[in-house]
Amino acid sequence: MNPYVVPSLVVVVLVTIGIGAYGLRFARTTSDFLVASRSVSPSWNAAAISGEYLSAASFLGIAGLVLRYGVDVLWYPVGFAAGYLALLLFVAAPLRRSGAFTLPDFCQVRLRSPLLRRLATVFVVFIGCLYLVPQLQGAGLTFATVTGGSYGWGALAVGLVVTANVALGGMRAITFVQAFQYWLKLTALAVPVIFLVLQWQSDGRPAVAPPAGPTFAAVTTVTIQQDAVLDGTTPVEKGDELTFAAGDRVPTVSTVDAHRGADWLLPGREGSLFATYSLILATFLGTMGLPHVLVRFYTNPDGASARRTTLVVLALVGLFYLLPTLYGVLGRIYTPQLLMTGRTDAVVLLLPEAALGGGTLGQVLGALVTAGALAAFLSTSSGLLTSVAGVVFTDVLRAGRGGSVRDFRLATMLAALLPLALSLYVADMDVSRVVGLAFAVAASSFCPLLVLGIWWRGLTDVGAAAGVLAGGGAAMAAVLVTVLGPPLSGWPAQLVGEPAAWTVPLAFLVMVIGSLVTAKRVPADVGALMLRLHAPEALRL
Amino acid sequence: MASTRTRIVLGEVAARRAPADRAHVDLAEQTPLGEALVKGLVRAQLALALRLSLVVVTGLGALPLLFAVAPAVGGAKVLGVNLPWLLLGVGSFPFLVGVGWAYVRWAERNEQDFTALIRRPEQ
Repeated sequence: MNPYVVPSLVVVVLVTIGIGAYGLRFARTTSDFLVASRSVSPSWNAAAISGEYLSAASFLGIAGLVLRYGVDVLWYPVGFAAGYLALLLFVAAPLRRSGAFTLPDFCQVRLRSPLLRRLATVFVVFIGCLYLVPQLQGAGLTFATVTGGSYGWGALAVGLVVTANVALGGMRAITFVQAFQYWLKLTALAVPVIFLVLQWQSDGRPAVAPPAGPTFAAVTTVTIQQDAVLDGTTPVEKGDELTFAAGDRVPTVSTVDAHRGADWLLPGREGSLFATYSLILATFLGTMGLPHVLVRFYTNPDGASARRTTLVVLALVGLFYLLPTLYGVLGRIYTPQLLMTGRTDAVVLLLPEAALGGGTLGQVLGALVTAGALAAFLSTSSGLLTSVAGVVFTDVLRAGRGGSVRDFRLATMLAALLPLALSLYVADMDVSRVVGLAFAVAASSFCPLLVLGIWWRGLTDVGAAAGVLAGGGAAMAAVLVTVLGPPLSGWPAQLVGEPAAWTVPLAFLVMVIGSLVTAKRVPADVGALMLRLHAPEALRL
Repeated sequence: MASTRTRIVLGEVAARRAPADRAHVDLAEQTPLGEALVKGLVRAQLALALRLSLVVVTGLGALPLLFAVAPAVGGAKVLGVNLPWLLLGVGSFPFLVGVGWAYVRWAERNEQDFTALIRRPEQ
């Protein structure tokens, strides 16, 4: 095991606690934090939002998908970034001006409907739990890769640490801590990649996708993870150890789905056009519906700064997403054994030592990316769990103002239980795929609600509830079938596996028709609301 | 049941507001003229957002279709790298930031125009 990993993880945790303690001098409680952050500039605020947003799926998952499937999965990072553009164009400034702190709050402000508020709560909890699953998956995978322990124990251990941390109030949502996590994650990918590219140059620029399929760059021993058939002829059993010499062709493994030949470089090989557009729709429109993203917009002093903050987030997130692709591409050359084990999500963690050798440089850089991965799932899962637990606390336990800290701890544990169980169950799914499903549900429920609520006077509470139930409910059902149901094939598999292309239009359609039918229920003060959402604060109305 | 949100206006601030400003009053009291002013602003901002999303839809959203219809584009190489990798992996992010930057500029200009309209001195 790499001797630098444990010290680097300890340093990350200590620095996080240190900055948190420094920040606490300015902000002691959650509400202090909100007021204090009014003096924080859009760039700090944006780094904090990016720090919370760039999760295990971004840090580990994208490189793994690229290694496996090639250029088609680049729509994931493009969509994750473009989601902030949709948020900027349609939501950022009016949402800040509405004064809503969470999505259920927005329902209450805009449509004054307690019923819709409760419905929104259900979706916040569902999306939050679904988005927590891949974080825990990433944690389990990192644990298994770095220590050689089992995936399940890793996910469980990190899940328990995060739950205890949030329940005991250890991880406060201090802007500076989250901003630090962003720069740590960026550094943890950017510094090693320089050395990796130099190494690739000095190795004589080996081809990324040789026509005969990937070959081993060095002597490699591969442990088979499941009973399978190699190259369609040789059966192997779980636990078998196979050793390959440098230059050997990587055999195909029947249980691992991956693209092998030169067509890995070409678009349109993975999934259909329908699946690609569905993914684009889900990621472009889903970001605005994620529970831990919206909370942070409240920390902007006014609508105009909310807009500027979003623009900086878009730039920071885009800068980060330039890097994972390179890891996936170089992984094709230096860690092709992952195409045999199927653990492609580990490519970021393994690549530095695989490419640069087991010397000090490789080990130090390997420890750096591991520290970045720790920052990725700690920051996102803490932020998510805090916002889901907060909603469970106020809207499900009905604690209201009389709620005790004990109730909040109970809420945290309730919110953590389901994702933990699910993360053990879906161990074999790609991290980014699960995230894509969470985006699909958010895009089919909260995106229409926010966009129509902000720009259309005619929206009614009945129409909004019907639209959320139809579109969001359909997407939710599709997710449950994908994760828990039997494997499908053909068109049903497409429609259920990538539901956004039909659930998002369905939600918009039902919401508009439902509102037109119940036009009498349009709130009487909608004019004043529109003024509040769209007029610049400088007017002091 | 959570308590409903109320807007709290301090007496001092309310007193400081100049009542002589006609357009201000139109807005605050939701007269037909005030309604029309707000509708104009909302429409201008929405048109801007829709126009820029059309730019993104044609710029990025058409790519999968293009790659499917014209596979030669997908196989083309620029500087030794396949074109789709450059477009998606590198080019798309500055493009998105550029569109966002343009939006922030023009949306703020729309708001300044609106403010100027409200604050314009009476003849």
